[in-house]
Amino acid sequence: MINANLAAIFYLVSGILFILALRGLSSPDTSRQGNYLGIAGMIIAIVVTFLSIGNFSTSLVYVIILLVIGGAIGAFIAFKIPMTAMPELVAGFHSLVGLAAVFVAIAAFLNPAAFNLGNVGNIKLASLIEMSIGASVGAITFSGSIIAFLKLRGIMSGAPITFSGQHILNLIFGIGIFALIFFLCKTQATNIFWTVIFISFLVGVLLIIPIGGADMPVVISMLNSYSGWAAAGIGFTLENSALIITGALVGSSGAILSYIMCKAMNRSFVSVILGGFGADNSAEDKKDKKEAKPVKSGNAEDAAFLMKNASSVIIVPGYGMAVAQAQHALREMVDKLKKNDIKVTYAIHPVAGRMPGHMNVLLAEANVPYDEVFELEDINNDFANSDVAFVIGANDVTNPIAKTDPKSPIFGMPVLDVEKCKSVLFVKRSLSPGYAGIDNELFYKDNTLMLFADAKKMTEDIVKNLD
Amino acid sequence: MEIDPFIFRLSIFILSIFVGYYVVWSVTPSLHTPLMSVTNAISSVIIVGAIIAALAGTSESFFNTSSIFGFIAIILAAINIFGGFLVTQRMLQMYKKKKDKKK
Repeated sequence: MINANLAAIFYLVSGILFILALRGLSSPDTSRQGNYLGIAGMIIAIVVTFLSIGNFSTSLVYVIILLVIGGAIGAFIAFKIPMTAMPELVAGFHSLVGLAAVFVAIAAFLNPAAFNLGNVGNIKLASLIEMSIGASVGAITFSGSIIAFLKLRGIMSGAPITFSGQHILNLIFGIGIFALIFFLCKTQATNIFWTVIFISFLVGVLLIIPIGGADMPVVISMLNSYSGWAAAGIGFTLENSALIITGALVGSSGAILSYIMCKAMNRSFVSVILGGFGADNSAEDKKDKKEAKPVKSGNAEDAAFLMKNASSVIIVPGYGMAVAQAQHALREMVDKLKKNDIKVTYAIHPVAGRMPGHMNVLLAEANVPYDEVFELEDINNDFANSDVAFVIGANDVTNPIAKTDPKSPIFGMPVLDVEKCKSVLFVKRSLSPGYAGIDNELFYKDNTLMLFADAKKMTEDIVKNLD
Repeated sequence: MEIDPFIFRLSIFILSIFVGYYVVWSVTPSLHTPLMSVTNAISSVIIVGAIIAALAGTSESFFNTSSIFGFIAIILAAINIFGGFLVTQRMLQMYKKKKDKKK
């Protein structure tokens, strides 16, 4: 129908539209428009593919039917999913991209003629390398994302699973994959191709099981990045610029997010990947520290009283808010405070929650205007001038020990200077430590009032007491 | 000497990484979750490969092993395209400025 050159130009156009889609996200105002550009890019790519194949036989009907089925499933999920489940949704979607990449690579391997890559048993060398890399990275993305999904969903424990020799095993598998790809190029044997994919599935599992729940923001970003590289690998195989551009964009996007998340935890990427953070060894010494220290605890009435008499309140949300689904109650509380002319802002730590931007989405869902929500570096100086900090479901990201104790595992991690507020209200179910497995000094400060309850219930009680 | 077309594709790839690098750094942190879901949606452009594989069979035998993998990949990618873009849209709808309605 249309020749290959024209098709290539259209693919370039859709690649550019994808770039603009990401560009739109630089501000919430332009973001919706950006999303439409992304959709336009996708439509162009799909239509051009149909036209350039020009095969309008019965199989086209099947393709359309499958597109509709998949689309309906996707749309259903997109509308049904609660915002608190976004991390697992994204992990699940990553696994689909990974698996699709594997399947496309398999299809190309079994029928190279359809893709102009040579014939079975005599596939072009470069294409063979590209498709096996695409398939391998895709397989790692798939199984890794499945594990991340299970951990986020709570089906699998978030605790790191480690065993001795783990890293060596991963290394052997990693080298094994490269060696197999080398032999694959020499022999073109189908069995080797299947083995590469199988080992890659294993590597994906092994890579993610040792990583703990609090490191999930890094894992999700990393898998995001992998899914991009897998797409780029397939893009090289198919000689398709839309896929190459997209793969590069997604790959670098995920890599940057991983970097931002690692920096926000003051951990190196390598140490996150090697895993085992917050394992049992740190649980030992925290016990004896906890015993004697006095803690002030209060109830909803005290909290309401404190906030009513404040002139400015900063809210620090964390994963606990997501678990308790407390964002709507929180917003109700803030509305009441605002009616009393109290200035309320939100402070969000980059790694609050289980994925980058997790808290922002939840607050947006509760209709919190985004210009009241601030990032760590923009608001940290304001704590000293504020009356009340309301910490709801956050823990490690407020721990002042990160600034004072070089021996602490979180030393050097940027934290919110909550303790500088005149008083701190800390909603938490118990005194148990956060994911880093260390005690929070903030609990024992004179100006801290602990509110021991479920985040949602406590917030609702405070709302009642504010009347 | 003629330049291998691979080099051109490699150039596109490397330049796109740089474009991605600068574009993503300009994304505001509060939109990092929509960023992940939209990158996820666009990476499903891999459906292009799935369609090629699925339509490769002749009209007598469009169900060979290769095209079946293509068909499955189409479903997977389609879930992602629709799910990814729609959930991004749903999220972005929620990001609003302070209400002007309050007079």
